[in-house]
Parts: sequence; structure tokens; C-alpha cells
Amino acid sequence: MAQSTTLQPTAATTDFADAPRSGTWDGGNEPFRASYGKLMMWFFLLSDTFTFGAFLTAYGLIRHKHGVYTGPAKDFFFSTAHWPVPEKVFNAFPGFHGVDLPLAFVALMTMILIFSSVTMVLAVEAGHRLDKADVQKWLLWTILFGSMFLSSQAWEWSHFIGGHEEPTIMADGTRFFGANLAMNQYGPPLFGDLFFFITGFHGTHVFSGVILLIWCFIATTNGTFEKRGHYEMIEKIGLYWHFVDLVWVFVFTFFYLV
Amino acid sequence: MSANHAEELSLHPGEIAKPNTGWIWKTFWVLVIITAFEFLIAFTMTSPGLRTFRNSIFIVMTILKAFFIVGEFMHLKHEVKSLIWTILIPTALLVWLVVALVTEGSYVGEVLSHMFS
Repeated sequence: MAQSTTLQPTAATTDFADAPRSGTWDGGNEPFRASYGKLMMWFFLLSDTFTFGAFLTAYGLIRHKHGVYTGPAKDFFFSTAHWPVPEKVFNAFPGFHGVDLPLAFVALMTMILIFSSVTMVLAVEAGHRLDKADVQKWLLWTILFGSMFLSSQAWEWSHFIGGHEEPTIMADGTRFFGANLAMNQYGPPLFGDLFFFITGFHGTHVFSGVILLIWCFIATTNGTFEKRGHYEMIEKIGLYWHFVDLVWVFVFTFFYLV
Repeated sequence: MSANHAEELSLHPGEIAKPNTGWIWKTFWVLVIITAFEFLIAFTMTSPGLRTFRNSIFIVMTILKAFFIVGEFMHLKHEVKSLIWTILIPTALLVWLVVALVTEGSYVGEVLSHMFS
């Protein structure tokens, strides 16, 4: 104890501020070995996880609050009394009018997003090698797949809003097609609301991602990152893009499969 | 990544290293196979008695996919331990919230269905 209280003259006290202090808590360290920008992107994504987590939690609560259809699958009918079976709601495919193709279109959308994630990580890899041409190529592919996903979602939404061939007969005998925020032909009103909010919020993220990627492509083409000497911006936008893919993995399971 | 940097050092100025993309395509195929398996389950395991079992398979597959996307594509697996835990611990709390509110939802539904009877 006595030894620890005796002050030893340190480099800092003898040479004043010439030599910076370099202890763990003296600042200037990177405990996470990640740059400021990448770390902040991680924290932003964590906060975004809570937003999407809130949506999916609300979905879980509301879905379990409603009744479950218990009859045989072939006799399933749309009703506000029970939660709809996703295979019966999402069974259309562009160009195959009237054909029952359950979940085929959403499978395509999932594949498009997985592909876009792969091309994104290829762009990041090209950035590590400072290969400008490759970064441009893979960014363009990612933008293409991202736009394809957005167009698919636009089609999915218009089909959901427009409604199925067969209307649902309401309690007062009126026929109702499609969906809006107040009511829908597939099930309880909250089913439509959750569809619009969850897939809409995810789609907004994809849209912002595509805008950021277009900006990245322009900056790469102008040589901004080449002058900087590193392509870290591509990595940061890449983190965001993979997160959007990750959210879709969860939306896909909890909204379309379970 | 360390292998990448070693390669860069041995390059001549202006030369570009060879792409190293094997691990990316490996991860891609893992994701595709898991998704295909999910669809297989969705269409073959349709009996109502297996509902809970089927849904648990879906949830396990989803977490597996998330592990590959976050670990490999987002590179979290190769970051320092403190960063990994910083991301994982708050997310684990979210899992608890989902379980709690799903249970709560079933209870609310039951109470409402008996409210007037």
C-alpha cells in the first residue's frame, strides 16, 4: 500500500506533454478496433433493430390475440373471426392470373434480396483491394437487385390492395375486395394494418438503401474514395444493406411462413 | 482480412490484388439451401398437429440465417469480442420481449372471448 501511494515521476510530468499518455483509459484508443463511422453504423442498426423488433413484437401479440383457423386447409375461408393463413393470401404471381402459386412471389423476392446482399459484399471486397472498376460493377448489380425488389413490392402491394378474384361477403351482405387501413377482405383489420406498416417500413429502408448506393456509385466513379485511399464508406453502406436483408429474413418467417 | 493485407504489401504500385470471394459464395449457398429447406417444410409439413414443431423449425432456421448474414456478410464474427457482445446482449433482451408479449397476446385473446359469456 505504501508503495502505491508514493508518486513516481512519469514521462508526462518530466517532459510535460511531449509524449502522449497511452494507457487503456487515456484516450486515443480503439477498444472495438473499428473506426468511428463503422461503430456508429452498428449502433444505429442496433436502434433500428428495436424499431423492427417493436413491429414484430406487436405482430406477435396481435396475432395471438386473434383466433386461429382450425379446420382442414382446403376449406379455409377469409373471415374477420380468425387470422388468415398466409399461403391463401399471398398466392399470386405476375403473369399467372388466377393460378394458385402460394408464396412463389415472396420466394422470388427473398432470392432477389439474398442476391443483392452477395453483390454488396462483393463490392466491399473489391473496395478492400482498391479495385475501382470492380466496386462500380458490383454496386451497379446491387442497385439493380434493390430496384427489382422495390418493384416486386410495389406489385405485391397493388395486388394486396386490389384484392382477390373472390370477394369476401361482409356481415351486412355487401361484397368487399382488397384492403385498406380500416378493413380488408383477408382477415381482421389489424392484419392489413400490420402488412402495410411492416412491409412498408422495410420497403422504405430498401428505398433509402438504393439511394445511398446510387450516391456511393457516383462518388466511386468520381474517384472520391480513390483519393481518400480507402473504400470504408462502401463498407458502412454495406452494413446497412445487409441489415435490410436481415430484417427481410425475419419478416419473411414471421409474416409469410409461421 | 489479414491475408488480404499481406497480399497488398507484395503488390507493385498500381497493381490490383486477385479477388478472394470463395467465402462469399459459400455463405450464399448456405442461405439459399436454408431458404429452400424452409419452403420444403412449408409445403410438406401441413398437418395442424405439427404446427408448433413446424414453427420452431422456421424460427431455428431464421436464427441460423441471421447468424450467417451478421457473422459473415456484416463481418461481426471477425470483430473483437466486446463489439460482438455489445450488439448481441440488447438483441437477446428483445427475444425475451417477443416471448413475453406473444404469451400476453394469447391471454388477452382468451379473456376477450369469455368477456360476454
